[in-house]
Amino acid sequence: MKITYPYVGNSHIVIKNLLERFGNEVVVPPKPSKRTLSYGTQFAPEFACVPFKILLGTYIEALEMGADTIVSTGGVGPCRAGLYTTLQEEILKDLGYDFQMITLEPPGHYLKDLIAQIKKLINRKMSIREFWSIIRFVWEQLKLFDETELMSFKIRPLEIKKGETTRVYREMVDLIASAQTVKELREIRHEVNKRFENIEIKENYDPIKVGIVGEVYVVLEPFANLEIEETLGELGVYVERSMFLTHYTINNAVTDLFHIKGEKNVKKAAVPYFNEMCGGHGRESVGHTILYAKKGFDGVIHLSPFTCIPEIVAKSILPAVSKDYNISVLSISLDEQTGKAGLRTRLEAFVDLLDKKRQKFKERMA
Amino acid sequence: MKVGIPRALFYYSFYPMFKTFFEKLGVKTVVSSPTTKKVLDNGIKDTVTDACVPVKLYHGHVADLIGKVDFVFVPRLVCIDNEATFCPKFLGLPDMVTYSIDNLPPLITPRIDFRNGRLELLKVCYSIGRMFTKNVVKIFKAYQESIKSLKNYEQEFLEGKIPPLNIKKRLNSDINLGALGYPYMLYDQYLSLNLLKKLFDLGVSVTTPEMISREDKLKQAGKLKKTLFWHYSNGVIRTAFHMFENCNIDGIIHVTAFGCGPDFIVDKLLELEAKKRSVPFLTITLDEQTGEEGLKTRLEAFVDMLRLRRRLA
Ligand code: SF4
Ligand code: SF4
Repeated sequence: MKITYPYVGNSHIVIKNLLERFGNEVVVPPKPSKRTLSYGTQFAPEFACVPFKILLGTYIEALEMGADTIVSTGGVGPCRAGLYTTLQEEILKDLGYDFQMITLEPPGHYLKDLIAQIKKLINRKMSIREFWSIIRFVWEQLKLFDETELMSFKIRPLEIKKGETTRVYREMVDLIASAQTVKELREIRHEVNKRFENIEIKENYDPIKVGIVGEVYVVLEPFANLEIEETLGELGVYVERSMFLTHYTINNAVTDLFHIKGEKNVKKAAVPYFNEMCGGHGRESVGHTILYAKKGFDGVIHLSPFTCIPEIVAKSILPAVSKDYNISVLSISLDEQTGKAGLRTRLEAFVDLLDKKRQKFKERMA
Repeated sequence: MKVGIPRALFYYSFYPMFKTFFEKLGVKTVVSSPTTKKVLDNGIKDTVTDACVPVKLYHGHVADLIGKVDFVFVPRLVCIDNEATFCPKFLGLPDMVTYSIDNLPPLITPRIDFRNGRLELLKVCYSIGRMFTKNVVKIFKAYQESIKSLKNYEQEFLEGKIPPLNIKKRLNSDINLGALGYPYMLYDQYLSLNLLKKLFDLGVSVTTPEMISREDKLKQAGKLKKTLFWHYSNGVIRTAFHMFENCNIDGIIHVTAFGCGPDFIVDKLLELEAKKRSVPFLTITLDEQTGEEGLKTRLEAFVDMLRLRRRLA
């Protein structure tokens, strides 16, 4: 059995560790590239959302590299993501690939199934203690990835030498990836802090603050959002993002198990506008936008795959939110034609607008 | 007192029920005018560009009612079958309408979710009824009558009639065709460019999902590894499976909307299944720009091909 899985942000490293320590042979999925997307576009239905296409392309590449098992997550709707694997399996089999698809459904709905599927993925004898120590290690690793990314968001807009933060960040990612034990992770955490502290930064500079909301895959995977956070950071913008990998895992596995629906305060903020759980992250997009407005952010960028259903609902409501809370919102819908240069131009214009708005506000206050 | 009913989306599944209910309460109903270019253009203007055509059209129909009525009825249909919800856009419909259209009259937006128990519909009817009358008996009667009218309406479909288009299925024809799609695509003359009528004129016998009984559809439920999440989509898929298995079927036409979220899954699953069973399959994607002539040619070519196949077989 050679296992592969979806590529999202830095999680591929963590998943590799997890699966290998469970005694599996792993084919690490390649980082999504133009080629991945072109495979996806070629074999996916035209109206599939970009995440579907990138994942399909990734699977094709991994199957070509010798994988014979695909592990992915399911879901229960109402949006499409939970049906991805059903259709991807059909498409790939139709293309002639021979493999098995293991779909991990959220535990709250199909706990028995989930346990059965997980058992398939544990292919060596281990004690319960060993099991938990593996879980603990990968969880710590995932957390450290998130923390490191968060730090890069804070430092990047302040850096004096353009690109330095990104360089350090990439180095740190490799370092974290190489860790083998929790103890090593602890040492690396110090190193990360030190390296970021050593980056030379501007003093007394109050960067424009922008929150990023939207559909989970395009928010989390830099290839899908054309590295928007880096671009913004280099434009001198402080970026905060509504979602991190650790959150995502907690929300989908842990809260689901106990039937807790979504993050409470986000939901509460959204309710006056968005009364229904529409699947995906549509309601969270509205809720987070309101929370960012309340925290005094200058603007919000709303990312969604083209034709993404819940985000279309969100997009219809955001203009009203933007007016009521006086926060600028830029909606960007991503498809395979979106180019990095075009995106950069739109971002520059948006940041410009936010800057002007701030100046005006200051003049009025003075 | 007048309540407006937009002629779009679930209108085609439930219209007689809505109408009967309000009229038995003594409230007049006004249906928005049949779709025209103007109605659609209005909807397009009010909605975000990547919304699907039917949702844009719904906004156009709501706008059409402005000035003609005291309320507009925009229910939030969540779930009516205990296994799947409606497309997420239905779930967010009242919110989208509220924040997209200016100068709206008050909306009546009951949330309908049968997962809340068997009395859900009665409860919803009661709360709407109380807006217009204190007479509980009257509300209850209106509720009963409305259900009866829905049953009659559904029965007509099962007998092969299509009440919204006022046509009846041809029974003995050389060609047996499934025209699968959501009711608000198939039965809107403007949006579908009269697709069903065109097929009838070509002399083929056409079956739509509404013509297959609930029981027959349910029998096909286990054919997919995972039940789809959306009410209408399950109807379409199961009708296809039913027809593959029980009707000596010549071909399938899947009618879908540009920008439809669920349909990229439905369409591909149908296509692959038809391929496995060697049944010819055609997808018609409708958008604001589809031309009537082009559609006619494609349908003719498809039916010709089916006839040729029949003869060679
Ligand atoms: S939330 Fe959007 S991107 Fe995700 S499956 Fe649904 S439509 Fe696709
Ligand atoms: S099912 Fe498709 S066509 Fe219907 S509302 Fe949803 S996205 Fe639009």
